[in-house]
Amino acid sequence: MAGLYLSVATRAFRRYSTYTAATLAGMFTNCVFGIILCFVYQELWSLKPHAGGYDVKEAITYVWLGQAMIMTVLVWGGGPTNDLANRIRTGDVALDLYRPVPLIGWYAAQDLGRAAYHLLARGIGPTLLGALLFDIRWPGSLGAWLAFAVSLPLAVLVSFAIRFLVASTAFWLLDSSGPATVAWITAAFLSGLTVPLVLFPGWTRDVVLTLPWATFIQIPADIWLGQRSGWHAVEGLVLGAAWAGVLLLVCAFVLRRATAKVVVQGG
Amino acid sequence: MTSTSSADGSLIQVRDLHRTFTVRRKTSRFRGVRDEVVAVHDLTFSVEVGEMVGYIGPNGAGKSTTIKMLTGILVPTDGSLSVAGLDPSRQRTELARHLGVVFGQRTTLWWDLPLRDSFAVLQKIYRTSPERHRANLAEYVELLDLGDLLDTPVRQLSLGQRMRGDIVAALLHDPEILFLDEPTIGLDVISKGRLREFLRTLNAERRTTLMLTTHDLQDIEALCDRVIVIDHGTAVFDGPLADLHTQGGSTRTLVVDLVDEAPAISVPGAVTRRVEGPRQWLSFPADASAAPIVAAVAAAYDVADLSIQEPDIEDVIREIYQR
Repeated sequence: MAGLYLSVATRAFRRYSTYTAATLAGMFTNCVFGIILCFVYQELWSLKPHAGGYDVKEAITYVWLGQAMIMTVLVWGGGPTNDLANRIRTGDVALDLYRPVPLIGWYAAQDLGRAAYHLLARGIGPTLLGALLFDIRWPGSLGAWLAFAVSLPLAVLVSFAIRFLVASTAFWLLDSSGPATVAWITAAFLSGLTVPLVLFPGWTRDVVLTLPWATFIQIPADIWLGQRSGWHAVEGLVLGAAWAGVLLLVCAFVLRRATAKVVVQGG
Repeated sequence: MTSTSSADGSLIQVRDLHRTFTVRRKTSRFRGVRDEVVAVHDLTFSVEVGEMVGYIGPNGAGKSTTIKMLTGILVPTDGSLSVAGLDPSRQRTELARHLGVVFGQRTTLWWDLPLRDSFAVLQKIYRTSPERHRANLAEYVELLDLGDLLDTPVRQLSLGQRMRGDIVAALLHDPEILFLDEPTIGLDVISKGRLREFLRTLNAERRTTLMLTTHDLQDIEALCDRVIVIDHGTAVFDGPLADLHTQGGSTRTLVVDLVDEAPAISVPGAVTRRVEGPRQWLSFPADASAAPIVAAVAAAYDVADLSIQEPDIEDVIREIYQR
């Protein structure tokens, strides 16, 4: 089974890497937005130093980490789960069900392969540019690097599970674009992409930091920046693993309901 | 190849199969009623190893619903079902290893990647041994003439090429049963012919059981020894193609060109359907011999030419539906 998933993930990686022009255009966008946000954050932190417990350098670093994670965790949605939504709408999902492979594993493997590509191309590229243009902070220890590396696949899995659930609504609604819109707006806000979650006031901050979307950007970034270290970092990883586990179980449950109750479209 | 089959030896065993769908119908803006729609009703048939069965019926007759139940992605409402000795909906994953499925209008191939990649993933999916996989791939690629296309991304293939790719994909794990849903839809005459030829070879050499749904009756005539006609969810005919003609009350037509114009010919065993100048059309039952009729016509009239038109299967099936 591991061999199969690896093989599927490799193909997904290769599939996304075939569109070089799209990748370059996307990297350019990340860089432009990154630079603009850096200027905004510099201004913001000069007015209010140590906002959210970050200094300017950490805030700037956060910008580039956010840009790196947008495509890696697909804050805006999309990826293989989009294919799934389309295949449910057209009925092609029937062919996925004919294969002796669990549907969730099949799509999750594709999404991890895709995320690996997006991390390399859309993540590392802009971050290096950010490091050239601005003064950014790097992880302070091997442990921080390792914890950051573990936080990434967890973030992708949590994001995948949410997108899988959104796509599954197509089994009932046929068109999942409504739920998808709600999902990306929620994700943009609660992942810390729009505003770092550490800037949320009072108790709302504690709440948003325990929600699944916190694992997308805020937790990996805090591990990178050393804001979360030691047990605090482990706690962040456990949160990610727990959300991934719970949400994937929900996916399995929903899929079972869907295939038992719902008509697969088309003749 | 090992063959699994149910207790009585049939590869596919369908008994009193039912499937109803609940459909919500809107009666006003906020209210709706639930309607029961019967898609498959009292369906019984069995298929033996190595058969090539045509499963035909008009749109909405229940063909796809049956195929979905046979492959385990739909649960029957009632009745019993066994395919390769397994219960499809309970043992879907296990059953998948025994089945190949091809949909003319759907694809299982990776759109953005070369054919080769899709085939490589399939080897992992079905855990086919590398030797077996290589041998099958080489053979099917040769037979379906895909050698030059293995490195072409699927999105650049023509419909016919993609279709052949999908068929290879369905066969790499040596399935015992191949379900084909409209496999020749949209293909040109040459591609259709080639595909039929390939399916015949497959059945002859590997004893692969084929079950084929189609609207293209030439597919049936070219491939199937047996036809199951389904209408309103139930089998209205099940038997050899030749019997379909008898059952459907199908007729052959004797076209007679007389030397001179004459009133409608009257001979025993045939009815004159049409007269047009010196040419007349006589119809007689498809299973009757043409010889006595020809002899009777020739004895009574000055005949310039004679020809016999075979019955059209489409007419026959239309006849069956209308009963």
